[in-house]
Parts: sequence; C-alpha cells; structure tokens
Amino acid sequence: MPLPLFILFSALTLGFAVAVIANRNPVTAALCLVVSFVGLAALFIGLSAFFIGIVQILVYAGAVMVLFLFIIMLMDIEEEERKHFDRLRTAGGIAVGIGVAFLIGGVLWDFDYGKASLDDVPVQFEAAITLREADADSGIVRSANATAALREGRLKDVALVGEKLFNDYNLHLQMIAVLILIATIGVVTLGKKDSPAPDSGSSGGDKASES
Amino acid sequence: MDLGLIISSAVKIIGFVFLMLMPMIAYIIWVERRFLAIIQDRIGPNRVGIPWTNVGLFGLGQPIADGLKSFLKEDFTPGHVNKFYYVIAPALVMVPALLTCAVLPFGRDLVLPFLDEPIRLVIADLDIGPIWIFAIASLGVYGIVLAGWASNSKYPFLGGVRATSQMISYEISLGLSIIPVLLLFQHLNLNDIVRYQSEHGWLLLPMWGDGWSVQRWLYLIPAGVAFIIFVVSMFAETNRTPFDLPECETELVAGYHTEYGSMKFAMFFMGEYAAMIIGSGLAVTLFLGGWSLPFGLDALVLGVFSDTWFSWVPALLSTGIFFLKIVCFMLFFIWVRGTLPRFRYDQLMKLGWIIFFEAALANIFIAAGILMFA
Amino acid sequence: MLNQYIPVLMHLLVVVGFATMTLLMSVWFGRRSTSKQDIKDTAYECGMIPIGENQPRFSVKFYIVAMLFVLFDIEVVFLYPWAVVFRDFLSADQILIFWSILGFVGILFVAYLYALKKRALNWVG
Repeated sequence: MPLPLFILFSALTLGFAVAVIANRNPVTAALCLVVSFVGLAALFIGLSAFFIGIVQILVYAGAVMVLFLFIIMLMDIEEEERKHFDRLRTAGGIAVGIGVAFLIGGVLWDFDYGKASLDDVPVQFEAAITLREADADSGIVRSANATAALREGRLKDVALVGEKLFNDYNLHLQMIAVLILIATIGVVTLGKKDSPAPDSGSSGGDKASES
Repeated sequence: MDLGLIISSAVKIIGFVFLMLMPMIAYIIWVERRFLAIIQDRIGPNRVGIPWTNVGLFGLGQPIADGLKSFLKEDFTPGHVNKFYYVIAPALVMVPALLTCAVLPFGRDLVLPFLDEPIRLVIADLDIGPIWIFAIASLGVYGIVLAGWASNSKYPFLGGVRATSQMISYEISLGLSIIPVLLLFQHLNLNDIVRYQSEHGWLLLPMWGDGWSVQRWLYLIPAGVAFIIFVVSMFAETNRTPFDLPECETELVAGYHTEYGSMKFAMFFMGEYAAMIIGSGLAVTLFLGGWSLPFGLDALVLGVFSDTWFSWVPALLSTGIFFLKIVCFMLFFIWVRGTLPRFRYDQLMKLGWIIFFEAALANIFIAAGILMFA
Repeated sequence: MLNQYIPVLMHLLVVVGFATMTLLMSVWFGRRSTSKQDIKDTAYECGMIPIGENQPRFSVKFYIVAMLFVLFDIEVVFLYPWAVVFRDFLSADQILIFWSILGFVGILFVAYLYALKKRALNWVG
C-alpha cells in the first residue's frame, strides 16, 4: 500500500486507541475504539487481506456494541467524568505499555519482514502460482478460483484462508468451537439467573447489576 | 493509468450514488405514499407539480418539495441532548448506508469504442462483496443507538436499545442465509456471481445454460429457503414493517428519532431508504441474477449490439434491468408494509434467534448434502 | 490491489462530504425562531412534563443477546471460507471438510441449545 495511506491509517488507529484510554467519557471512549478498529481494518485491507479486514469490522462492531450497552446500562457517565487519575496507577499503566511496545518491537526486529519497508514486499503472485502448481499431487486441495484470481493478479483471500483452514487446521477449528461453547456458557451463567418459573423476575432491571 | 482510475471511479460514484440512488430514494418515498394510498383506498399526495400553475403531474413534485422543506425548517437542537452525538448520529446512519453500495455491480462491463479496456460497472470490485455490505451496514447500528442515547429522552432511548438487539440478531440469520449461495457459486465477488447467473441460470430460475440439471433444480430448495430468510432478515435489518419496533408510533412516538427535526430527521429517513434499496439490490444480485436478463437473452443482446459503435448499449440496458428489478423489489417492501401488522418484540426475537437460526443452519447442510450427493 | 482500494477511499470521502454538507446546509438555510421558548427544550413525552430518569433502566436481556451475537457471529465468519472452498474439496474427494464443519457447527449448536435451555433467548416473562 502507498506509504501516505499507511501513515494515515496507522495514525488513525493509534491516535484513536490512545483516545480510548485518555477519554473521560466512556461513550466517547467506546466510539473511539470503533474508529480505531476501522483504521486497523483499513490497514489489513491495504495489505490485500480484504477478508480479515472486513471481519475485523464485522465482529468488532458487534463486540463494541456490547461494551456500549454495558456503559449505558451500568455506568453513571457524569460520575465517570468526575473521577480523578491515580498517579501511581497511571504511571504503572504507562510502564506496562512501554514494556509491551518493546516486546513487540523486539519480535518484529527478529522477523525478516519486520525490517522491510512496505514497498519491498509486494505480493509475489508468480511464486504463489508456482508453489500451488508444485504440490498439485500432494493431496493438498487448492481452490481453482483462487488460482485463477492469482493469475489475474488478485488475491482471493477468503478462498486462501479456507484452503489453509480445511487442509491443515481441522482440529483447531473444533477447538475454536469448544472455546466459543465455553464462552457461551460463561455469558449465560453470568448474565442470567436461573429462573425456574417465568413469573419471577419479569423485569430485568434489577438483574442488570449481576452481569 | 492512475488518473484514468480516479476519473472513472469518480464518475461511477457520482453516477451511482447521486444520479441513481438519491433520486430513487426520493421517488420511492413518493411511490410508497401513492401505493399505500391505493392499498388503503385513498388518493395520496397528488398536488405538488409545477409551481404557480395548475399542473399536478400526479404529485411528482412532492419529493422535491419535501426535501426543500426539510432544508428550510429550523435546525433545532433541544437543550437536554448531548449536542455532539445528537448532531453526528444522522450522519452515522447515512454514511454506512451509502457506503455499502460500493460493491454492488449495477451493470454489465461497459465497452466504449474509444477506450481499450471495458469499464466495470461497479464502484469497487471487491472479492468480499456481501460481507462488505453486512460489515459496513452493521456500523449503521451505532448511528441509531447514539441517536437514542444522545437524545436523552425516554422514547428515543427505548427505540435505540430495541434497535441494537434487533439489528444484531438478524445479522446472524442474514449472514447464515447467504452461505448456500456461496456454496454454489464459490465466489464472494458479486460481479462474478452475476456473470455466472447470466450464463448458467439465475439461482431461483435455473432454466437456461446448464441450469437444467437435477442438481440445480434440487438446489432450489435451499436457495428458496435462503431467499426467504434473507429477505425477511433484511426487513428486520432496515427496521421496516413488520419489524419497525425501534420506531413504532403506537408505543414509542417516533422511536429513536423522536427528538429530531429538519434535515437531521430527513437524513435518518434517507439512510433507511438507502439501506432498503441496497438490501434489495443485494437480494436481486444474489438470487435473481442482478443485471442479467432471464433465459439467456443476454447473449442475444450482446449479439445484436456487437457492432463497435453500439457496444455500450448492452451495459446501459443491463443497468436499466438492474434498477427495474430493484424497483419491483421495493414495491414488494411497500406492499408488505400495507398488509402486515407489526410483530411483538418477543415474537421478533423468537423468529430471529430460534426459527431463522435453526432453519438457516439446517439449510446450509441440506445445500452441502445436495452438492455432495446430487 | 490499488484499483480496489482507491475507489473505496474515494467513495468514503464523497459520502462523508455529502453527509457533512447536508448537516451544514440545514444549519445555513434553516430558519431561526425569533423567540426563545423553554418549552421547546424539554424532552418530548406526548406533551406531558417529563418525569423520572430520562434514560430508564432496561432489561439485561438486550445485553445477553448482544454478547451471544458476538459469539455466533464468529461462527458465521468461519462459514464463509468454508463455503467458498467446499466444492473444490468435494471435487478432490476430500469429504473431511464436511465432517469438519459439521463438528464445528455441531459443537456450537450445543452452545446454542444451552443458551436456549437456560432461557437466555426467552423474552416472555
């Protein structure tokens, strides 16, 4: 992707990410999170990963909506705005943040593409096509559409993700399902009291504090 | 090359959004009022024609007058609202609604005699078509919930909260319902999907090309179920009757836009209708062949206009067909509004989470089974 | 790549510009009322004077539904790549893909049944 666009969207992502934690008003913070995710999605899309970028928006738009409902349901927004910063905690948070930044930087530095500038690593279509043709008989299934698109110089990343997922990661997919199952049980248990009779607790207002 | 891309994109954006979508929004509102009036045995708006004359033109001036009126109304912001979010909420509804149309192919590739390459009649030819529309449309929920929250008033607040649950619930059945379509076409690129249907039969009308196969006819079962789930979920997504609970006037006055007036109100209106038109466009594209003619007539048209100087005609014709299909779909929207009463909220949630969710999941495996064994 | 990216950006700019212009034009062309009336600043409650909180508490069910949405949306997201490559796997006689997704959806259906059984999706009472 062109460098100016990369800088623009990185700045958008990071700037709004900072705004999420710096903002006193929780509603504003939640919306800044949405903008930050949209910026991140734009970065993904810029790297030709359209599917990942759009899924980023699709899933996180819903996820932040949860946060949003949580805020307007449980928080007193004016009280949140009056809260004072705790110096020690703020300093601790910044220290952890810097630590994580160093960690990520270190990992990226060790990683070959971490040092390359964006213009150095275009998508290598020819190499990809040769690779796909080479293992034609190895039992790995390749999407014909994706290959055709690669020949046209386009990256059909949905099909590519699908190939990888169902060639190599079938078991891991089941693990994800189990993970979501556990999360569902968590949601239901936390958010809902066992109410045997439908007449008890008809209004959910008082239950809100439990989640 | 870059400049050509920018110019052609700009022309396509202006042409599609402002010369086709916007007038359509304006006139579909007029059509809706007239059509509802016919259903209810009234006359409907029939007076606004040419100013200072008696020419009524069936009230065709009504949308223009309405738009003008919205602009000239006092732009009032009540004192009790959260000013910033109150003002940007209408924009947050309208922007995603108009942005979704970027991936809708609105015509066959345009071949111009003086250009080497044909122009694809789609603003951005992305390989993730339907997911793009779902994802961007899901951002529209924020506009509605913010409008409800920022209004700082009971009715809008309830409307906004209702809208969140309703819209996100039906997003799941919407997403699941198109899986059988993707299973068959193996594409997420809407232009490729339409081209395939043009040659091999529409998904719901496989009667030409190699559409005459047992598999395709068996596939009508999952495709039909998917179509029903898709269309009903789309009604719910766009808050249309019978799912207009976020704005139902008998309970919530006007729902999330109760505190809005002037152009801000009109923007909610435009956003809603834009979402309806684009939703219809997606349904037409996925199930009813998009811009293509039925029975393989496309090949005939291409043959007739194969001459270099008339090579642009098929593209123009296909655009007209696409919009004709959308208009028919919109008439169906209006017909439903004139016919069906509103759901209760628990019925709405039951329909989305229990009936549609289970039906859509079963439908996916029926479709997969047909592809495996037929 | 770029010829997919640039039109989207342009479209975004045009649409945002259009929305902003509409909001601004409404302010410029709209008439101002000459008299200041306090009654216009009250929340609309069918002509009554508003009582109680302006943002009442609402049922926790809305919140549960939102959380369940996120979980099941992830399921839908995994189905897209599956749907796109399914027929390629079939033509290569790799039936495992069917059982794989059946297991995935099956486990999630258990999660769905659990939520259903615990009345998390029940809006009556």
